[in-house]
Amino acid sequence: MTSYLLFIGTITAIYALLSLGLVVSWGQAGMVNLGLVGFFGLGAYCSALLTKLGAPIGLGWVAGAALSAVIGVGFCLLTRTLRGDYLAIVTLGFGEGLRLVELNERWLTGGSDGISGIRAPFKDALGELYPWFYFALAWTLVALVAWMLARVLGSPFGRALRAVRDDEKVAAVAGKNVLRLKCQAFGIGAALFGLAGGLYAHFTSYISPDNFVVQLTIYIFLAVTAGGYSRLIGAVFGSLAVMTILESSRFAAEFIPGLSAVQIASLREFAIAVALIVIMQLRPQGVFGLRNERAGSARADAAAPAAAIPAPSK
Amino acid sequence: MTHAQLEIADLSIRFGGIRALDGASFAIQPGITTGLIGPNGAGKTTLFNCISGLTPGATGQVRFCGRDISRAEPQEISRAGLVRSFQLARGCENMTVFEHLMLYGPRQRGEGLIVAILGNPEARRQEEALREEALDMARRLKLAHVLDNLVTRLSGGQKKLLEIGRALLAKPKMILLDEPMAGVNPTLVQDIADHLVEIRKSGISIVLIEHEMELIERLCDEVIVMAGGRFLTRGSFSDIAGNRDVQESYLGIRRQ
Repeated sequence: MTSYLLFIGTITAIYALLSLGLVVSWGQAGMVNLGLVGFFGLGAYCSALLTKLGAPIGLGWVAGAALSAVIGVGFCLLTRTLRGDYLAIVTLGFGEGLRLVELNERWLTGGSDGISGIRAPFKDALGELYPWFYFALAWTLVALVAWMLARVLGSPFGRALRAVRDDEKVAAVAGKNVLRLKCQAFGIGAALFGLAGGLYAHFTSYISPDNFVVQLTIYIFLAVTAGGYSRLIGAVFGSLAVMTILESSRFAAEFIPGLSAVQIASLREFAIAVALIVIMQLRPQGVFGLRNERAGSARADAAAPAAAIPAPSK
Repeated sequence: MTHAQLEIADLSIRFGGIRALDGASFAIQPGITTGLIGPNGAGKTTLFNCISGLTPGATGQVRFCGRDISRAEPQEISRAGLVRSFQLARGCENMTVFEHLMLYGPRQRGEGLIVAILGNPEARRQEEALREEALDMARRLKLAHVLDNLVTRLSGGQKKLLEIGRALLAKPKMILLDEPMAGVNPTLVQDIADHLVEIRKSGISIVLIEHEMELIERLCDEVIVMAGGRFLTRGSFSDIAGNRDVQESYLGIRRQ
Protein backbone atom coordinates (compact mmCIF):
# COMPACT_ATOMS: atom_id res chain seq x y z
CA MET A 1 0.00 0.00 0.00
CA THR A 2 2.80 2.42 0.85
CA SER A 3 4.45 1.92 -2.51
CA TYR A 4 1.11 2.47 -4.22
CA LEU A 5 0.57 5.73 -2.31
CA LEU A 6 4.11 6.88 -3.05
CA PHE A 7 3.58 6.16 -6.73
CA ILE A 8 0.30 8.08 -6.79
CA GLY A 9 1.84 10.89 -4.73
CA THR A 10 4.71 11.28 -7.18
CA ILE A 11 2.39 11.30 -10.17
CA THR A 12 0.32 13.94 -8.38
CA ALA A 13 3.44 16.12 -8.10
CA ILE A 14 3.96 15.72 -11.85
CA TYR A 15 0.34 16.75 -12.43
CA ALA A 16 0.92 19.72 -10.13
CA LEU A 17 3.89 20.84 -12.25
CA LEU A 18 1.74 20.59 -15.37
CA SER A 19 -1.04 22.52 -13.66
CA LEU A 20 1.36 25.25 -12.57
CA GLY A 21 2.47 25.62 -16.17
CA LEU A 22 -1.13 25.90 -17.29
CA VAL A 23 -1.89 28.53 -14.65
CA VAL A 24 0.87 30.71 -16.11
CA SER A 25 -0.03 30.40 -19.77
CA TRP A 26 -3.82 30.09 -19.46
CA GLY A 27 -4.82 31.50 -16.07
CA GLN A 28 -2.45 34.45 -16.09
CA ALA A 29 -1.84 35.17 -19.77
CA GLY A 30 -5.10 33.89 -21.24
CA MET A 31 -3.66 31.44 -23.76
CA VAL A 32 -5.44 28.10 -23.88
CA ASN A 33 -2.93 25.32 -24.47
CA LEU A 34 -4.74 22.09 -25.27
CA GLY A 35 -1.47 20.69 -26.58
CA LEU A 36 0.18 20.55 -23.19
CA VAL A 37 0.50 16.79 -23.36
CA GLY A 38 2.57 17.31 -26.52
CA PHE A 39 5.08 19.42 -24.62
CA PHE A 40 4.97 16.91 -21.77
CA GLY A 41 5.93 14.17 -24.26
CA LEU A 42 8.59 16.36 -25.81
CA GLY A 43 10.30 16.76 -22.45
CA ALA A 44 9.96 13.06 -21.68
CA TYR A 45 11.44 11.86 -25.00
CA CYS A 46 14.15 14.50 -24.99
CA SER A 47 15.35 13.54 -21.52
CA ALA A 48 15.02 9.80 -22.12
CA LEU A 49 16.97 9.90 -25.38
CA LEU A 50 19.70 12.17 -24.06
CA THR A 51 20.32 10.03 -21.00
CA LYS A 52 20.41 6.94 -23.22
CA LEU A 53 23.31 8.62 -24.96
CA GLY A 54 25.04 9.02 -21.62
CA ALA A 55 24.01 12.48 -20.51
CA PRO A 56 23.44 12.95 -16.78
CA ILE A 57 19.77 12.85 -15.74
CA GLY A 58 19.79 16.43 -14.44
CA LEU A 59 20.98 17.61 -17.82
CA GLY A 60 18.23 15.58 -19.49
CA TRP A 61 15.61 17.37 -17.40
CA VAL A 62 17.01 20.80 -18.13
CA ALA A 63 17.30 19.98 -21.84
CA GLY A 64 13.73 18.65 -21.93
CA ALA A 65 12.41 21.83 -20.33
CA ALA A 66 14.55 24.02 -22.57
CA LEU A 67 13.53 22.24 -25.79
CA SER A 68 9.88 22.50 -24.78
CA ALA A 69 10.28 26.20 -24.02
CA VAL A 70 11.99 26.93 -27.34
CA ILE A 71 9.32 25.08 -29.29
CA GLY A 72 6.65 26.77 -27.19
CA VAL A 73 8.00 30.24 -27.98
CA GLY A 74 8.28 29.37 -31.67
CA PHE A 75 4.73 28.05 -31.60
CA CYS A 76 3.54 31.24 -29.91
CA LEU A 77 5.18 33.37 -32.59
CA LEU A 78 3.54 31.32 -35.33
CA THR A 79 0.10 31.62 -33.77
CA ARG A 80 0.53 35.25 -32.70
CA THR A 81 -2.76 36.35 -34.23
CA LEU A 82 -4.84 33.57 -32.69
CA ARG A 83 -6.77 33.78 -29.45
CA GLY A 84 -9.40 31.82 -27.58
CA ASP A 85 -10.99 28.91 -29.40
CA TYR A 86 -8.76 29.22 -32.46
CA LEU A 87 -5.58 28.94 -30.45
CA ALA A 88 -7.14 26.04 -28.54
CA ILE A 89 -7.77 24.10 -31.75
CA VAL A 90 -4.28 24.71 -33.10
CA THR A 91 -2.64 23.63 -29.83
CA LEU A 92 -4.83 20.52 -29.73
CA GLY A 93 -3.64 19.61 -33.22
CA PHE A 94 -0.05 20.30 -32.25
CA GLY A 95 -0.20 17.91 -29.29
CA GLU A 96 -1.80 15.20 -31.37
CA GLY A 97 0.71 15.77 -34.17
CA LEU A 98 3.62 15.29 -31.79
CA ARG A 99 2.11 12.01 -30.60
CA LEU A 100 1.92 10.80 -34.19
CA VAL A 101 5.56 11.72 -34.70
CA GLU A 102 6.45 9.70 -31.60
CA LEU A 103 4.45 6.81 -33.00
CA ASN A 104 5.88 6.85 -36.51
CA GLU A 105 9.50 7.98 -36.25
CA ARG A 106 10.63 4.56 -35.09
CA TRP A 107 14.33 5.21 -35.64
CA LEU A 108 14.22 7.87 -32.93
CA THR A 109 11.41 6.96 -30.58
CA GLY A 110 10.96 3.23 -31.07
CA GLY A 111 7.42 3.81 -32.30
CA SER A 112 4.67 2.08 -30.38
CA ASP A 113 7.23 -0.04 -28.51
CA GLY A 114 8.34 3.12 -26.77
CA ILE A 115 11.58 3.52 -24.88
CA SER A 116 12.27 1.22 -21.96
CA GLY A 117 15.01 1.02 -19.39
CA ILE A 118 15.22 4.76 -18.87
CA ARG A 119 17.77 5.43 -16.14
CA ALA A 120 16.52 6.30 -12.67
CA PRO A 121 18.56 8.64 -10.48
CA PHE A 122 20.42 6.90 -7.57
CA LYS A 123 18.12 3.90 -7.77
CA ASP A 124 20.81 1.31 -7.01
CA ALA A 125 22.34 3.34 -4.22
CA LEU A 126 19.04 4.06 -2.52
CA GLY A 127 17.36 0.70 -2.87
CA GLU A 128 14.23 0.56 -0.70
CA LEU A 129 14.33 4.29 -0.09
CA TYR A 130 14.20 5.16 -3.79
CA PRO A 131 10.40 5.73 -4.05
CA TRP A 132 10.59 8.02 -1.01
CA PHE A 133 13.45 9.90 -2.59
CA TYR A 134 11.67 10.44 -5.88
CA PHE A 135 8.47 11.47 -4.09
CA ALA A 136 10.38 14.07 -2.08
CA LEU A 137 12.31 15.24 -5.12
CA ALA A 138 9.15 15.75 -7.17
CA TRP A 139 7.38 17.70 -4.44
CA THR A 140 10.48 19.78 -3.71
CA LEU A 141 10.50 20.75 -7.36
CA VAL A 142 6.82 21.67 -7.16
CA ALA A 143 7.49 23.85 -4.12
CA LEU A 144 10.47 25.49 -5.78
CA VAL A 145 8.58 26.19 -9.00
CA ALA A 146 5.54 27.50 -7.11
CA TRP A 147 7.74 29.81 -5.05
CA MET A 148 9.47 31.18 -8.12
CA LEU A 149 6.20 31.64 -9.99
CA ALA A 150 4.69 33.44 -7.00
CA ARG A 151 7.57 35.90 -7.21
CA VAL A 152 7.21 36.36 -10.95
CA LEU A 153 3.44 36.71 -10.96
CA GLY A 154 3.48 39.10 -8.01
CA SER A 155 5.79 41.47 -9.89
CA PRO A 156 4.91 44.12 -12.48
CA PHE A 157 5.57 41.37 -15.05
CA GLY A 158 2.65 39.39 -13.67
CA ARG A 159 0.40 42.43 -13.68
CA ALA A 160 1.23 43.08 -17.33
CA LEU A 161 0.46 39.42 -18.14
CA ARG A 162 -2.96 39.67 -16.57
CA ALA A 163 -3.65 42.83 -18.55
CA VAL A 164 -2.77 40.96 -21.75
CA ARG A 165 -5.14 38.18 -20.69
CA ASP A 166 -8.05 40.56 -20.18
CA ASP A 167 -7.55 43.10 -22.96
CA GLU A 168 -4.55 43.16 -25.28
CA LYS A 169 -5.39 46.64 -26.57
CA VAL A 170 -5.41 48.16 -23.12
CA ALA A 171 -2.09 46.44 -22.36
CA ALA A 172 -0.55 47.76 -25.59
CA VAL A 173 -1.74 51.31 -24.95
CA ALA A 174 -0.24 51.01 -21.47
CA GLY A 175 3.10 50.52 -23.24
CA LYS A 176 3.37 46.76 -22.77
CA ASN A 177 4.94 44.58 -25.44
CA VAL A 178 2.04 42.16 -25.81
CA LEU A 179 3.78 39.66 -28.08
CA ARG A 180 6.85 39.45 -25.84
CA LEU A 181 4.71 38.85 -22.76
CA LYS A 182 2.64 36.18 -24.50
CA CYS A 183 5.72 34.34 -25.73
CA GLN A 184 7.30 34.46 -22.29
CA ALA A 185 4.19 33.14 -20.57
CA PHE A 186 3.66 30.42 -23.15
CA GLY A 187 7.37 29.56 -22.94
CA ILE A 188 7.32 29.29 -19.13
CA GLY A 189 4.27 27.05 -19.38
CA ALA A 190 5.89 24.85 -22.04
CA ALA A 191 9.12 24.63 -20.01
CA LEU A 192 7.19 23.33 -17.01
CA PHE A 193 5.32 20.81 -19.16
CA GLY A 194 8.68 19.62 -20.52
CA LEU A 195 10.20 19.41 -17.05
CA ALA A 196 7.22 17.39 -15.85
CA GLY A 197 7.72 15.08 -18.83
CA GLY A 198 11.35 14.48 -17.92
CA LEU A 199 10.42 13.77 -14.35
CA TYR A 200 7.79 11.31 -15.54
CA ALA A 201 10.07 9.45 -17.95
CA HIS A 202 12.75 8.74 -15.32
CA PHE A 203 10.13 7.82 -12.75
CA THR A 204 8.31 5.14 -14.75
CA SER A 205 11.49 4.19 -16.67
CA TYR A 206 9.31 3.44 -19.71
CA ILE A 207 7.52 5.79 -22.09
CA SER A 208 5.48 5.20 -25.21
CA PRO A 209 3.10 7.34 -27.26
CA ASP A 210 0.23 5.84 -25.22
CA ASN A 211 1.38 7.88 -22.25
CA PHE A 212 0.82 11.12 -24.11
CA VAL A 213 -2.81 11.03 -25.13
CA VAL A 214 -5.24 13.92 -24.91
CA GLN A 215 -6.90 12.61 -21.73
CA LEU A 216 -3.98 13.93 -19.71
CA THR A 217 -4.58 17.42 -21.07
CA ILE A 218 -8.19 17.16 -19.95
CA TYR A 219 -7.14 16.02 -16.47
CA ILE A 220 -4.86 19.02 -16.10
CA PHE A 221 -7.52 21.42 -17.35
CA LEU A 222 -9.90 19.93 -14.82
CA ALA A 223 -7.32 20.31 -12.06
CA VAL A 224 -6.71 23.97 -12.90
CA THR A 225 -10.42 24.72 -13.34
CA ALA A 226 -11.26 23.06 -10.04
CA GLY A 227 -8.54 24.90 -8.16
CA GLY A 228 -9.18 28.33 -9.65
CA TYR A 229 -7.63 28.91 -13.04
CA SER A 230 -5.44 31.88 -12.17
CA ARG A 231 -4.10 30.64 -8.83
CA LEU A 232 -0.90 28.73 -8.08
CA ILE A 233 -2.34 27.20 -4.94
CA GLY A 234 -5.35 26.21 -7.00
CA ALA A 235 -3.10 24.25 -9.36
CA VAL A 236 -1.65 22.18 -6.52
CA PHE A 237 -5.01 21.71 -4.86
CA GLY A 238 -6.66 20.79 -8.16
CA SER A 239 -4.01 18.17 -8.93
CA LEU A 240 -4.66 16.51 -5.59
CA ALA A 241 -8.40 16.61 -6.25
CA VAL A 242 -8.12 15.14 -9.74
CA MET A 243 -5.84 12.35 -8.60
CA THR A 244 -8.25 11.56 -5.80
CA ILE A 245 -11.13 11.31 -8.27
CA LEU A 246 -9.12 9.22 -10.72
CA GLU A 247 -7.87 6.75 -8.15
CA SER A 248 -11.03 6.49 -6.09
CA SER A 249 -12.92 5.46 -9.24
CA ARG A 250 -10.67 2.38 -9.21
CA PHE A 251 -12.01 1.37 -5.81
CA ALA A 252 -15.54 2.51 -6.48
CA ALA A 253 -15.86 -0.22 -9.09
CA GLU A 254 -15.98 -2.82 -6.32
CA PHE A 255 -19.20 -1.30 -5.00
CA ILE A 256 -20.96 -1.05 -8.34
CA PRO A 257 -22.30 -4.44 -9.39
CA GLY A 258 -22.58 -5.75 -12.92
CA LEU A 259 -19.66 -3.96 -14.56
CA SER A 260 -17.32 -5.67 -17.00
CA ALA A 261 -13.58 -5.01 -16.88
CA VAL A 262 -13.75 -2.62 -19.83
CA GLN A 263 -16.57 -0.69 -18.21
CA ILE A 264 -14.61 -0.39 -14.98
CA ALA A 265 -11.70 1.13 -16.89
CA SER A 266 -14.07 3.68 -18.40
CA LEU A 267 -15.32 4.66 -14.98
CA ARG A 268 -12.33 7.01 -14.67
CA GLU A 269 -13.29 9.13 -17.64
CA PHE A 270 -16.88 9.07 -16.47
CA ALA A 271 -15.91 10.34 -13.03
CA ILE A 272 -13.78 13.09 -14.58
CA ALA A 273 -16.65 14.21 -16.83
CA VAL A 274 -19.07 14.31 -13.92
CA ALA A 275 -16.61 16.26 -11.79
CA LEU A 276 -16.13 18.84 -14.53
CA ILE A 277 -19.87 19.33 -14.93
CA VAL A 278 -20.38 19.64 -11.19
CA ILE A 279 -17.63 22.23 -10.83
CA MET A 280 -18.89 24.33 -13.74
CA GLN A 281 -22.37 24.29 -12.21
CA LEU A 282 -21.50 24.93 -8.59
CA ARG A 283 -18.32 26.94 -8.61
CA PRO A 284 -17.17 27.95 -12.09
CA GLN A 285 -14.43 30.18 -10.69
CA GLY A 286 -12.85 27.23 -8.86
CA VAL A 287 -12.12 26.71 -5.18
CA PHE A 288 -9.68 29.62 -5.09
CA GLY A 289 -11.13 32.64 -6.89
CA LEU A 290 -9.33 35.56 -8.49
CA ARG A 291 -6.90 37.43 -6.37
CA ASN A 292 -6.18 41.09 -6.95
CA GLU A 293 -3.42 43.33 -5.68
CA ARG A 294 -4.60 45.54 -2.85
CA ALA A 295 -3.96 49.24 -2.90
CA GLY A 296 -2.46 49.01 0.57
CA SER A 297 -2.56 51.12 3.70
CA ALA A 298 -2.70 54.50 1.99
CA ARG A 299 -6.25 53.61 0.99
CA ALA A 300 -7.53 53.82 4.55
CA ASP A 301 -6.81 57.51 5.05
CA ALA A 302 -7.91 58.35 1.51
CA ALA A 303 -11.21 56.56 1.85
CA ALA A 304 -12.58 58.72 4.64
CA PRO A 305 -12.78 62.12 2.90
CA ALA A 306 -13.70 60.59 -0.45
CA ALA A 307 -16.66 58.79 1.05
CA ALA A 308 -18.18 62.11 2.07
CA ILE A 309 -18.53 63.08 -1.59
CA PRO A 310 -21.60 61.50 -3.16
CA ALA A 311 -20.54 58.68 -5.40
CA PRO A 312 -21.11 59.62 -9.02
CA SER A 313 -23.82 57.63 -10.69
CA LYS A 314 -24.89 57.21 -14.26
CA MET B 1 5.64 79.18 -35.63
CA THR B 2 6.76 76.44 -33.26
CA HIS B 3 7.43 73.00 -34.57
CA ALA B 4 4.29 70.86 -34.60
CA GLN B 5 4.08 68.05 -32.04
CA LEU B 6 1.80 65.77 -34.03
CA GLU B 7 1.81 65.86 -37.81
CA ILE B 8 -0.59 63.85 -39.90
CA ALA B 9 0.02 63.70 -43.62
CA ASP B 10 -2.35 62.17 -46.15
CA LEU B 11 -3.60 59.46 -43.80
CA SER B 12 -5.99 57.03 -45.49
CA ILE B 13 -7.52 53.70 -44.60
CA ARG B 14 -10.34 51.64 -46.10
CA PHE B 15 -12.51 49.08 -44.41
CA GLY B 16 -13.95 47.06 -47.27
CA GLY B 17 -15.58 49.60 -49.54
CA ILE B 18 -15.60 52.39 -46.97
CA ARG B 19 -12.91 55.03 -46.95
CA ALA B 20 -12.86 55.70 -43.22
CA LEU B 21 -9.94 58.08 -43.62
CA ASP B 22 -9.44 59.71 -46.96
CA GLY B 23 -6.21 61.67 -47.01
CA ALA B 24 -6.51 63.41 -43.65
CA SER B 25 -3.72 65.96 -43.14
CA PHE B 26 -3.09 68.44 -40.35
CA ALA B 27 -0.63 69.34 -37.63
CA ILE B 28 -1.16 69.92 -33.92
CA GLN B 29 0.89 72.32 -31.82
CA PRO B 30 2.32 71.37 -28.44
CA GLY B 31 0.96 72.56 -25.13
CA ILE B 32 -2.59 73.32 -26.21
CA THR B 33 -5.95 71.62 -26.17
CA THR B 34 -7.22 70.81 -29.63
CA GLY B 35 -10.83 69.91 -30.22
CA LEU B 36 -11.57 67.38 -32.93
CA ILE B 37 -15.13 67.63 -34.15
CA GLY B 38 -17.14 66.36 -37.05
CA PRO B 39 -20.31 64.41 -37.76
CA ASN B 40 -20.62 60.72 -36.89
CA GLY B 41 -18.58 58.75 -39.37
CA ALA B 42 -16.18 61.62 -40.02
CA GLY B 43 -13.29 59.35 -39.05
CA LYS B 44 -12.36 60.86 -35.68
CA THR B 45 -12.12 57.62 -33.72
CA THR B 46 -10.55 55.84 -36.70
CA LEU B 47 -7.95 58.60 -36.75
CA PHE B 48 -7.17 57.93 -33.07
CA ASN B 49 -6.98 54.19 -33.77
CA CYS B 50 -4.52 54.74 -36.62
CA ILE B 51 -2.37 57.26 -34.75
CA SER B 52 -2.14 55.03 -31.67
CA GLY B 53 -1.18 52.01 -33.77
CA LEU B 54 -4.17 49.89 -32.79
CA THR B 55 -5.50 49.82 -36.35
CA PRO B 56 -2.58 49.03 -38.63
CA GLY B 57 -2.70 49.25 -42.38
CA ALA B 58 -3.23 52.97 -42.96
CA THR B 59 -1.28 54.71 -45.69
CA GLY B 60 0.24 58.13 -45.19
CA GLN B 61 2.41 59.41 -42.43
CA VAL B 62 2.11 60.23 -38.74
CA ARG B 63 4.95 62.05 -37.00
CA PHE B 64 5.10 62.62 -33.25
CA CYS B 65 7.76 64.99 -31.86
CA GLY B 66 9.54 64.73 -35.19
CA ARG B 67 9.63 60.94 -35.20
CA ASP B 68 7.82 58.83 -37.79
CA ILE B 69 5.39 56.59 -35.90
CA SER B 70 3.30 55.49 -38.89
CA ARG B 71 4.37 51.85 -38.63
CA ALA B 72 5.23 51.74 -34.94
CA GLU B 73 3.67 49.20 -32.58
CA PRO B 74 1.08 50.56 -30.11
CA GLN B 75 3.40 50.09 -27.13
CA GLU B 76 6.21 52.05 -28.83
CA ILE B 77 3.83 54.92 -29.52
CA SER B 78 2.65 54.89 -25.92
CA ARG B 79 6.23 54.86 -24.67
CA ALA B 80 7.05 57.78 -26.96
CA GLY B 81 4.56 59.81 -24.91
CA LEU B 82 1.40 59.62 -26.99
CA VAL B 83 -1.31 57.92 -24.94
CA ARG B 84 -4.97 57.52 -25.81
CA SER B 85 -8.22 56.82 -24.02
CA PHE B 86 -11.08 54.72 -25.35
CA GLN B 87 -14.51 55.98 -26.31
CA LEU B 88 -16.31 53.06 -24.66
CA ALA B 89 -14.12 52.99 -21.58
CA ARG B 90 -12.21 49.72 -21.86
CA GLY B 91 -10.66 47.87 -19.03
CA CYS B 92 -9.33 44.53 -18.01
CA GLU B 93 -12.40 42.92 -16.51
CA ASN B 94 -10.61 40.97 -13.81
CA MET B 95 -8.41 43.81 -12.63
CA THR B 96 -9.05 46.51 -10.06
CA VAL B 97 -8.83 50.28 -10.36
CA PHE B 98 -5.54 50.20 -8.49
CA GLU B 99 -4.08 47.58 -10.82
CA HIS B 100 -5.13 49.62 -13.85
CA LEU B 101 -3.39 52.69 -12.51
CA MET B 102 -0.26 50.68 -11.74
CA LEU B 103 -0.37 49.06 -15.17
CA TYR B 104 0.21 52.35 -16.94
CA GLY B 105 3.50 53.10 -15.19
CA PRO B 106 6.05 53.68 -17.95
CA ARG B 107 9.27 51.68 -18.33
CA GLN B 108 8.90 49.57 -15.20
CA ARG B 109 12.01 47.45 -14.82
CA GLY B 110 10.04 44.84 -12.92
CA GLU B 111 8.23 43.98 -16.13
CA GLY B 112 11.27 42.14 -17.41
CA LEU B 113 11.10 38.41 -16.75
CA ILE B 114 14.66 38.13 -15.44
CA VAL B 115 14.21 41.07 -13.08
CA ALA B 116 10.90 39.56 -11.93
CA ILE B 117 12.62 36.28 -11.07
CA LEU B 118 15.75 37.65 -9.45
CA GLY B 119 14.29 40.75 -7.82
CA ASN B 120 16.01 44.09 -8.06
CA PRO B 121 16.14 46.99 -5.58
CA GLU B 122 15.80 49.54 -8.38
CA ALA B 123 12.65 47.83 -9.66
CA ARG B 124 11.22 47.79 -6.13
CA ARG B 125 11.91 51.51 -5.69
CA GLN B 126 10.26 52.21 -9.01
CA GLU B 127 7.23 50.18 -7.99
CA GLU B 128 6.96 52.04 -4.66
CA ALA B 129 7.19 55.43 -6.39
CA LEU B 130 4.55 54.34 -8.87
CA ARG B 131 2.28 53.20 -6.05
CA GLU B 132 2.51 56.66 -4.46
CA GLU B 133 1.68 58.29 -7.78
CA ALA B 134 -1.23 55.93 -8.37
CA LEU B 135 -2.69 56.61 -4.92
CA ASP B 136 -2.22 60.32 -5.42
CA MET B 137 -3.94 60.17 -8.80
CA ALA B 138 -6.82 58.21 -7.27
CA ARG B 139 -7.28 60.92 -4.63
CA ARG B 140 -7.25 63.68 -7.23
CA LEU B 141 -9.84 61.91 -9.34
CA LYS B 142 -11.94 60.92 -6.30
CA LEU B 143 -11.40 57.26 -7.03
CA ALA B 144 -9.60 56.48 -3.78
CA HIS B 145 -12.63 54.77 -2.23
CA VAL B 146 -12.99 52.37 -5.18
CA LEU B 147 -9.29 51.49 -5.63
CA ASP B 148 -9.84 47.82 -4.80
CA ASN B 149 -12.98 47.45 -6.90
CA LEU B 150 -12.95 45.61 -10.18
CA VAL B 151 -13.36 48.06 -13.06
CA THR B 152 -16.54 46.30 -14.14
CA ARG B 153 -18.14 47.52 -10.92
CA LEU B 154 -17.50 51.22 -11.59
CA SER B 155 -20.11 53.67 -12.78
CA GLY B 156 -19.80 55.06 -16.30
CA GLY B 157 -18.37 58.30 -15.00
CA GLN B 158 -15.81 56.58 -12.80
CA LYS B 159 -14.65 54.54 -15.79
CA LYS B 160 -14.10 57.74 -17.75
CA LEU B 161 -12.11 59.20 -14.85
CA LEU B 162 -9.99 56.07 -14.68
CA GLU B 163 -9.31 56.31 -18.43
CA ILE B 164 -7.89 59.79 -17.91
CA GLY B 165 -6.02 58.92 -14.73
CA ARG B 166 -4.23 55.90 -16.10
CA ALA B 167 -3.28 57.76 -19.28
CA LEU B 168 -1.68 60.45 -17.11
CA LEU B 169 0.29 57.88 -15.12
CA ALA B 170 2.04 56.90 -18.35
CA LYS B 171 3.73 60.36 -18.17
CA PRO B 172 2.55 61.36 -21.62
CA LYS B 173 3.48 64.41 -23.67
CA MET B 174 0.12 64.30 -25.42
CA ILE B 175 -3.12 62.51 -24.65
CA LEU B 176 -5.83 61.60 -27.14
CA LEU B 177 -9.19 61.61 -25.39
CA ASP B 178 -12.11 60.03 -27.21
CA GLU B 179 -15.31 61.56 -25.81
CA PRO B 180 -14.19 61.56 -22.18
CA MET B 181 -17.42 63.17 -21.05
CA ALA B 182 -20.03 61.31 -23.09
CA GLY B 183 -22.73 59.64 -21.03
CA VAL B 184 -21.53 61.19 -17.80
CA ASN B 185 -23.79 63.11 -15.41
CA PRO B 186 -23.56 66.93 -15.56
CA THR B 187 -21.78 67.42 -12.21
CA LEU B 188 -19.09 64.96 -13.14
CA VAL B 189 -18.76 66.52 -16.61
CA GLN B 190 -17.75 69.75 -14.87
CA ASP B 191 -15.25 67.82 -12.73
CA ILE B 192 -13.70 66.18 -15.77
CA ALA B 193 -13.57 69.51 -17.58
CA ASP B 194 -11.74 71.01 -14.59
CA HIS B 195 -9.26 68.12 -14.69
CA LEU B 196 -8.63 68.76 -18.38
CA VAL B 197 -7.87 72.40 -17.66
CA GLU B 198 -5.39 71.27 -14.98
CA ILE B 199 -3.77 68.77 -17.33
CA ARG B 200 -3.26 71.41 -20.00
CA LYS B 201 -1.72 73.73 -17.41
CA SER B 202 0.75 71.02 -16.49
CA GLY B 203 2.07 71.15 -20.05
CA ILE B 204 0.48 68.05 -21.53
CA SER B 205 -1.18 68.58 -24.91
CA ILE B 206 -4.70 67.29 -25.31
CA VAL B 207 -6.56 66.22 -28.41
CA LEU B 208 -10.22 65.93 -27.55
CA ILE B 209 -13.04 64.34 -29.51
CA GLU B 210 -16.25 65.88 -28.18
CA HIS B 211 -19.74 66.58 -29.44
CA GLU B 212 -20.82 69.05 -26.76
CA MET B 213 -20.05 72.47 -28.22
CA GLU B 214 -20.10 74.28 -24.88
CA LEU B 215 -17.25 72.08 -23.70
CA ILE B 216 -15.33 72.60 -26.91
CA GLU B 217 -15.73 76.34 -26.49
CA ARG B 218 -14.60 76.26 -22.88
CA LEU B 219 -11.69 73.87 -23.18
CA CYS B 220 -10.17 74.11 -26.63
CA ASP B 221 -7.59 76.59 -27.88
CA GLU B 222 -8.12 75.39 -31.40
CA VAL B 223 -10.75 73.33 -33.17
CA ILE B 224 -10.18 70.99 -36.10
CA VAL B 225 -13.20 69.91 -38.12
CA MET B 226 -13.25 66.59 -39.96
CA ALA B 227 -15.82 65.33 -42.44
CA GLY B 228 -15.85 62.29 -44.67
CA GLY B 229 -12.45 61.09 -43.45
CA ARG B 230 -10.72 64.36 -44.38
CA PHE B 231 -9.59 67.57 -42.78
CA LEU B 232 -12.27 70.19 -43.40
CA THR B 233 -11.13 73.32 -41.62
CA ARG B 234 -9.57 74.62 -38.41
CA GLY B 235 -9.64 77.73 -36.27
CA SER B 236 -10.75 79.14 -32.97
CA PHE B 237 -14.16 78.12 -31.71
CA SER B 238 -15.78 81.36 -32.85
CA ASP B 239 -14.29 81.02 -36.35
CA ILE B 240 -15.62 77.51 -36.60
CA ALA B 241 -19.05 78.34 -35.22
CA GLY B 242 -19.52 80.95 -37.93
CA ASN B 243 -18.16 78.79 -40.75
CA ARG B 244 -20.80 77.87 -43.31
CA ASP B 245 -19.06 74.70 -44.47
CA VAL B 246 -19.02 73.46 -40.91
CA GLN B 247 -22.64 74.31 -40.38
CA GLU B 248 -23.50 72.41 -43.52
CA SER B 249 -21.50 69.27 -42.82
CA TYR B 250 -21.95 69.11 -39.08
CA LEU B 251 -25.20 70.76 -38.23
CA GLY B 252 -26.97 69.77 -41.40
CA ILE B 253 -27.93 73.34 -42.33
CA ARG B 254 -28.35 73.65 -46.10
CA ARG B 255 -26.80 76.49 -48.02
CA GLN B 256 -29.39 78.71 -49.72
